[in-house]
Amino acid sequence: MNTDNKNNGLAGWIDQRFPMTKMWEEHISKYYAPKNFNFWYFFGSLALLVLVLQIVTGIFLTMHYKPDGAEAFISVEHIMRDVDWGWLIRYLHSTGASAFFVIIYLHMFRGLMYGSYQKPRELIWIFGMCIFLALMAEAFMGYLLPWGQMSFWGAQVIISLFGAIPIVGDDLTLWIRGDFVISDATLNRFFALHVIAVPLVLVMLVVMHVIALHEVGSNNPEGVEIKKHKDENGIPLDGIPFHPYYSVKDIVGVVVFLILFSSVVFFMPEMGGYFLEHANFIPANPFKTPEHIAPVWYFTPFYAILRAVPHKLSGVLAMFAAIAILFLLPWIDRGKVHSIRYRANSFRWLLTMLVISFIGLGYLGALPPTELKTFFAQVFSVGYFGFFLGIWWISKNEKTKPVPERIL
Amino acid sequence: MKKTLILIAGLLLPVIGFAAGGGASFPNDDITIDWDDKASMQRGVRTYVNYCMGCHEVSYSRYNRVGADLEIDDDQLMQNLIFTTDKYGEKTKVGALMTNTMNADYAAEAFGIVPPDLSLIARSRGVDWLYNYLRGFYVDESRPYGMNNGVFEKVGMPHVLAELQGYQVPKMGTRLNSDGEKYEVIVGFDIVKPGSLSPSEYDQTIHDLVGFLDYVSEPYRQTRQNVGTGVLIFLFLFLILAYFLKKEFWKDIH
Repeated sequence: MNTDNKNNGLAGWIDQRFPMTKMWEEHISKYYAPKNFNFWYFFGSLALLVLVLQIVTGIFLTMHYKPDGAEAFISVEHIMRDVDWGWLIRYLHSTGASAFFVIIYLHMFRGLMYGSYQKPRELIWIFGMCIFLALMAEAFMGYLLPWGQMSFWGAQVIISLFGAIPIVGDDLTLWIRGDFVISDATLNRFFALHVIAVPLVLVMLVVMHVIALHEVGSNNPEGVEIKKHKDENGIPLDGIPFHPYYSVKDIVGVVVFLILFSSVVFFMPEMGGYFLEHANFIPANPFKTPEHIAPVWYFTPFYAILRAVPHKLSGVLAMFAAIAILFLLPWIDRGKVHSIRYRANSFRWLLTMLVISFIGLGYLGALPPTELKTFFAQVFSVGYFGFFLGIWWISKNEKTKPVPERIL
Repeated sequence: MKKTLILIAGLLLPVIGFAAGGGASFPNDDITIDWDDKASMQRGVRTYVNYCMGCHEVSYSRYNRVGADLEIDDDQLMQNLIFTTDKYGEKTKVGALMTNTMNADYAAEAFGIVPPDLSLIARSRGVDWLYNYLRGFYVDESRPYGMNNGVFEKVGMPHVLAELQGYQVPKMGTRLNSDGEKYEVIVGFDIVKPGSLSPSEYDQTIHDLVGFLDYVSEPYRQTRQNVGTGVLIFLFLFLILAYFLKKEFWKDIH
């Protein structure tokens, strides 16, 4: 309880009953963040913005959408044509899904560059990875809801992957679908999970991610701990309060993001068929397989890994391993130096290799496979896993540069 | 910062780029639809209801929405575009969805497949494909309706517009594939029985029709872009404000 009673009015009344001012200070006005955040530090707040955007637009879509095999596709077009501003709500939501992944991938890349997953921030990273996992589930289930051809066949392909698991595989796919094929039953449960279950989990994980962050404090591009050097009041010398400094700075980031985001929403909502696939403008038809089934772009790197392995079960395992291995990163990397600025050159090469492999896999995963493309996908898959092996290898006796004591 | 931008461009690369590869199809022309050309789209919707709509509904759209967007008033809609009756046997109202009266069972029996709703065909196929497809029918006695298509091989749809276009036969030419082997492709058409329109008039009719299909696939598109322009102008102005606000607050840091 706040005992010094600075506020005697309504705020004071509340503070005696609920830690309003205390929480505000702890997380906003007296949360000291390093003063040297750069471009890469916009993506956390942007991710939060897009999460809120998805929830709000999602609520309005739910008011008009019908989770019914016979009506789902029509109800989406009803939203687009007959609901006032329905097209805007829908495009915000569909573009928001892709924007979420762009932001999350850049946010994760920031973590890799500056060692934000290293001790003492392992749990922040783990929570973050759980968010990534939940987000993939959320996006996957959401993509079924428009009930177009790609919704249907994409889900068909992904769910059938579970069939590769020995013994329980077939029963498991049956249990997930609730039917022998993707059907009304699948659509209904995916709707329930998409609008209630997964968003709840997501929001809870985000809260835990932020609480964990505020407990240990933010990392920064120099990778030094600002808490090591405090003034007589216990305030980090290289820290500045989140509000007003980073709140006003994040507004700039938000506006720049919204400019890019609006350009897509209003001028190219299909993004050349990659945010909204052309085949998804045809209603789901269980009797007609599209010529080429590709997952939405944010899944294609992992899909490419799956296809790069010639054996189905091994491919599925490789795909899951590609995600699972990220969870272990804080322990795979045995290095003591956080930031890429002071790490060995070998670290930079490994990170470059990871980025090239990931983009390469994403590119290949969107295309129909050929022998040559599969070969490249295999090379990039090796590059992807090679990053983790390489980090483990080099970090044992890494030739690092001297890290400054403080932020200059 | 430069490195950063290159990196972002790199990350977006898989999204942009690569076009879908088509086979050797003919004709293979590109068209541009002028969304402001209401007269063209009015002709397009007229062709549509007269030749296409008996089989292909545009059931996600309403008559009076098309009327409002293409500047056709309710009386004109009633007189020129609405030929069906509703379930009470009365003439279909202007606010109704653009459906037809062919039931699915009959359609499946007659054509082997229910003719698809075309509300979104321009978004799934693209306007170029439609423009080529509707000009690509040729005489092929081996097919049930005696017609084939240079864009859509073994097409199930009869050439409904033959009375306008006439009948044409393909001119064949040879191409080399990647292994250096020759194969035959269609390189042109010869009209063997002229229709009521000249080739250039027919092309214009198809252009109008495809324009209508493009419009009806996303009727709010112009609104979308107009709103978007306003939103972007606001955001750019806001950006200036936000930038100086940040600068003012950060004066005392460093």
